[in-house]
Amino acid sequence: MTAAAVHHPTTHHGMPAASSAAGPAPKRIIIAYGFWLFLLSDIVMFSTIFATYAVVARATAGGPTGAQLFDPVNVAVETALLLFSSFSCGMMSLAMNARNRSAFYVGAAVTFLLGLGFLALEMREFADMVAQGATPQRSAFLSGFFTLVGCHGAHVAAGLLWLVVMVAQVADKGWRRPVCHRLMCFSLFWHALDIIWVALFTIVYLMGGR
Amino acid sequence: MFGKLSWSAIPVDEPIDMIASGLMVLAVLSLLAWVTAKGHWRYLWREWLTSVEHKRIGVMYIVLALVMLLRGFTDAVMMRAQQAVSVGPDGGYLPPEHYNQIFSAHGTIMIFFMAMPFIIGLMNFAVPLQLGIRDVAFPTLNSVSLWLTASGILLTNMSLVVGEFARTGWLAYPPLSELKYSPGVGVDYYLWALQISGVGTLLSGINLATTILKMRAPGMGYTRMPVFCWTALASNLLIIAAFPVLTATFAMLLLDRYLGMHFFTVDGDGNPMMYINLIWIWGHPEVYILILPCFGVFSEVVSTFSGKPLFGYRSMVAATMAICVLSFIVWLHHFFTMGAGANVNGFFGVMTMIIAVPTGVKVYNWLFTMYGGRVRFHAPMYWSVGFMVTFVIGGMTGVLLAVPPADFILHNSLFLIAHFHNVIIGGVVFGVLAGYMYWFPKAFGFTLHEGWGKVSFWCWFIGFYLAFMPLYYLGMLGMTRRLQHYDNPAWQPWLIVAAAGVVFIMAGILALIVQLVVSIRTRDQRRDLTGDPWGGRSLEWSTPSPPPAWNFAILPRVEREDDYWHTKARAREERIAAARALVYEDIHMPRNSPTGFITAFFAVVTGFALIWHIWWMVALGLAGALATTLVFAWRDESEFEIAADEVAQADQAHIEAYWAGTAP
Repeated sequence: MTAAAVHHPTTHHGMPAASSAAGPAPKRIIIAYGFWLFLLSDIVMFSTIFATYAVVARATAGGPTGAQLFDPVNVAVETALLLFSSFSCGMMSLAMNARNRSAFYVGAAVTFLLGLGFLALEMREFADMVAQGATPQRSAFLSGFFTLVGCHGAHVAAGLLWLVVMVAQVADKGWRRPVCHRLMCFSLFWHALDIIWVALFTIVYLMGGR
Repeated sequence: MFGKLSWSAIPVDEPIDMIASGLMVLAVLSLLAWVTAKGHWRYLWREWLTSVEHKRIGVMYIVLALVMLLRGFTDAVMMRAQQAVSVGPDGGYLPPEHYNQIFSAHGTIMIFFMAMPFIIGLMNFAVPLQLGIRDVAFPTLNSVSLWLTASGILLTNMSLVVGEFARTGWLAYPPLSELKYSPGVGVDYYLWALQISGVGTLLSGINLATTILKMRAPGMGYTRMPVFCWTALASNLLIIAAFPVLTATFAMLLLDRYLGMHFFTVDGDGNPMMYINLIWIWGHPEVYILILPCFGVFSEVVSTFSGKPLFGYRSMVAATMAICVLSFIVWLHHFFTMGAGANVNGFFGVMTMIIAVPTGVKVYNWLFTMYGGRVRFHAPMYWSVGFMVTFVIGGMTGVLLAVPPADFILHNSLFLIAHFHNVIIGGVVFGVLAGYMYWFPKAFGFTLHEGWGKVSFWCWFIGFYLAFMPLYYLGMLGMTRRLQHYDNPAWQPWLIVAAAGVVFIMAGILALIVQLVVSIRTRDQRRDLTGDPWGGRSLEWSTPSPPPAWNFAILPRVEREDDYWHTKARAREERIAAARALVYEDIHMPRNSPTGFITAFFAVVTGFALIWHIWWMVALGLAGALATTLVFAWRDESEFEIAADEVAQADQAHIEAYWAGTAP
């Protein structure tokens, strides 16, 4: 459906200018709105895991606690990488709006590297914990920790894959409308992961590190 | 190589299972053979399997639902037959492990694969037509949703032939559903089938919610939307908010089962009650996801066949949205006996009773709509009136169960079973069947046979009361749910009455089949040439039956509630003159896409491989799904153009047919 088909000359009857009088919204709005709803549903999924984590946070079954396992410096660096990657993702969007390809590539590359660095640090943290015997099988607390943090990590990994595909699409197709719509969704996704990380950082590492 | 899968997975030593799966495989094979012999594959593939048109997707959802109604009902027949004879220590013909699979499959299938696809099918079909638009927000995604649902259905039915289904009840409570107590593949079939179809449902919810909120025809303000659209909006918002909870909860149970984690286990400090909380945080909104669109159907039907605008439109909308919100703060009433304490139980009990208020508002609105109207008793109206009577009884027993002290006595008894079947059959099943008979002529261009529809209604109606009223009484006698056998002979007469009720319901289902066959055979006499067989009030009736792919040649401009009703009331000549002056433009429609079907294929492969621990096949399935996504993501043009001439021709033909059909 196109906007052109909606605004039909013979169908105007001098309607009052209500917001709903315009008919179907433009495609860009529809896509962004649908993607927002998807992100909300994703956040609901995270909140379920958060709630479970909150219930099992002290259920260590005699195993290690968060205070014994978490390394604040590592987490601080992870946080910095992810927050800066959101900044570079924002720059990338600006480059898209300016239709500036080289700036876009730089923004995408920086975002990718920061995201990859975040993931690498997270994997190292996981590996260290497993090496100490703090595996997800050890206790309900560790099941919750690995699932919650790992689910966020899996989202970041999916985002990195998505970013690569988008860079390839820009290289191949240029600034076509569908490509720009997809990039807009990507940037919403990437910022949402930041918001989830802030909650995760607070609840898991700050509150659980003591 | 094949993980846990071996020849012993085929239950050759269980005759009932073998006969059932043999018949099912035979039915599927003969259907495939018939399609091949008739040479319909090309047509099926091009026009249906790859279709992204909302009307066809809606129809396919409903076909799935009707088929699964037969499957779920067969389970019900077996359970009622078992309990009618299984008095004494070794009564009955079903061994416990088989009986347990049957009640688990019955609940799972009826909720997830009968009621849900039926509701989503009706919404898919009717919502864009009622909103005056040409398609949903994301047509290809819509097809993906449909086929993911079909994947879940396929996996569930595969469990009949290869392996087993869950024996844990339809919500698979841990610790019973944990690996330690359910080491077989039954729970895995359950979990993966529902995970896959759950993603489909979520995407469908996002799609329809976006459609309703962002794509209405010009002038279709919120307060001009038909009530069915309002209830669909509420239902889809609930899907968006509730289904991710189900996905996360099942994911954690899967992690327990596959990776040895300790979310819901008894050891490792796990917390089984957390699962029960989470599953009902999804589960209670789920019942409103099902019932709200049915309330919408009844609103449309009652208003149309009473020839009056809906009484209290705004209060109806307010009641719908109130239920939408309240449905999230009542979940704990499913387990008052958990021991959360008097205050917590009291809160949830009161909240539950409050939900009865907006529901009561709705019932009065329907009654007042009929009051003073010229009521025409077509088949959809039968279901609606039958619903009003039955649902009120179910609602009242629900309020009784909401009283925590009463619940302590009735919890998990047959009283509960009677209550929720009372609202689900009396509400959801009557609602979807009313919607099916109401919108059938719109979808296919001919009406359904009235007589057989009414026969079906009476059989269902009488059958329901015979089958479930005894269960209320048995519940008060202390009979609990899910009993494979029992030793109290006083219960048996009531269970025999219940079994007789199932025979009536079976007759009702047969009447539905006869109705369909008779109607198709006599379709030439029952053509709907005007597109408006019932004297409808909303925009779907302004299109031809069946509507063209583009629904509306020119998007309608909506000027009031029940817009089409008022348009019809205008003078005929004025209308024809206006029609001659219409200017048509090219229409862009979404192109058909095999993405959904192929995604579903890989989903089934992945799900099956995960269930049987065939890891190389898991990798293959996931790679296939990823490749499908990438190919889809690479598309440039997903629309094609329909020339203005073609649109004009079809539309003018419809306008003439309409005025010829309603000539004075």
